[in-house]
Amino acid sequence: MDLLSSYIIHQADNALILGHRNSEWTGHGPILEQDIALSNIALDLIGQARNFYQLAASRINELDPGEIITEDDLAYLRDGNEFKNFILLEQTNGDWAKTILRQFYFSSFQLLQFRELVKSQNTELAAISEKSVKETRYHVKWSSEWVIRLGDGTSESHSRMVSAQQDLNPYIAEMFTPADFDYEAESSRAGILPDKLKEEWYQRVNRILEIATLPVISEEKKTMQILSGKNGVHSEHLGFLLAEMQFLQRAYPGCQW
Amino acid sequence: MEVKPHSENWPLWEVFIRARQGLDHKHAGSLYAADAQMAIENARDVYTRRNEGISIWVVESKNIHASNPDDAGEFFDPANDKVYRHPSFYHLPEQVKNI
Repeated sequence: MDLLSSYIIHQADNALILGHRNSEWTGHGPILEQDIALSNIALDLIGQARNFYQLAASRINELDPGEIITEDDLAYLRDGNEFKNFILLEQTNGDWAKTILRQFYFSSFQLLQFRELVKSQNTELAAISEKSVKETRYHVKWSSEWVIRLGDGTSESHSRMVSAQQDLNPYIAEMFTPADFDYEAESSRAGILPDKLKEEWYQRVNRILEIATLPVISEEKKTMQILSGKNGVHSEHLGFLLAEMQFLQRAYPGCQW
Repeated sequence: MEVKPHSENWPLWEVFIRARQGLDHKHAGSLYAADAQMAIENARDVYTRRNEGISIWVVESKNIHASNPDDAGEFFDPANDKVYRHPSFYHLPEQVKNI
């Protein structure tokens, strides 16, 4: 598979895996209104994933017109070591605080990335980003307000946010560590190197954390160096997630409804 | 720790949605939210996810004062036999539309 296809699949995997995690809240949200809010975000993300998978599939089929693959093959018939999502996104939902913080970290990243990708030399990538950037702006707004509400809420909600930070902060660095496909995307001007987004990401995230009276974060020196989701080296959680998400297609190949 | 149902923690809000430019805001339903901002966002997620609106108003339900159903007799019945209050006794020229 060529590197630009990998880059596109990386975008798709990020959206699909977080979309799936969010969908696990459906029917379990703290209140009906927030259950719907998070399910809407899950649907936005799965919609983004579809667009990216369709684009990747058509590119792969074009470059290698042997066996034709589809978006479903990419989503449901790849194994864990072929997934290129951030480790952050496959982490278990934990409590509402952890789910919110994970969304906040990722949506803030996605927003900065989509704002660059709308200028992509790849017109399809640009078009998908144009559509996704509006959705993502809302995800940032929604999750930021929850971070503030919980961080600056009760002592209980504050301490839950702090422990969510302790759980998730080690996975931040991976978002900004370029993989081979990032360099390819940058040099072909289809995408952007993620470390170029780092400074603004920390500024924006810390501005919200400050309002939320939560500890601000700085670039971690100790990171999960061994794991690299972008290169297919995942935490133990992804396998369980895929087992559930892919079960139907694997048990009943080609099943439709 | 005792966890209260959210209905005791969060106030109830009434949601009004304007479907299109030029139309009035119409009552769409109600929901729970911690504050006005959250109420607007909840309304966005609950009531406009299928393209139903372009503008949202919310108001805390406790701020709505309603007529009493017991007063319906003296409130509304006297209007029943006063058809002359309708402007339906005028002959309109053919050219006039939309009245």
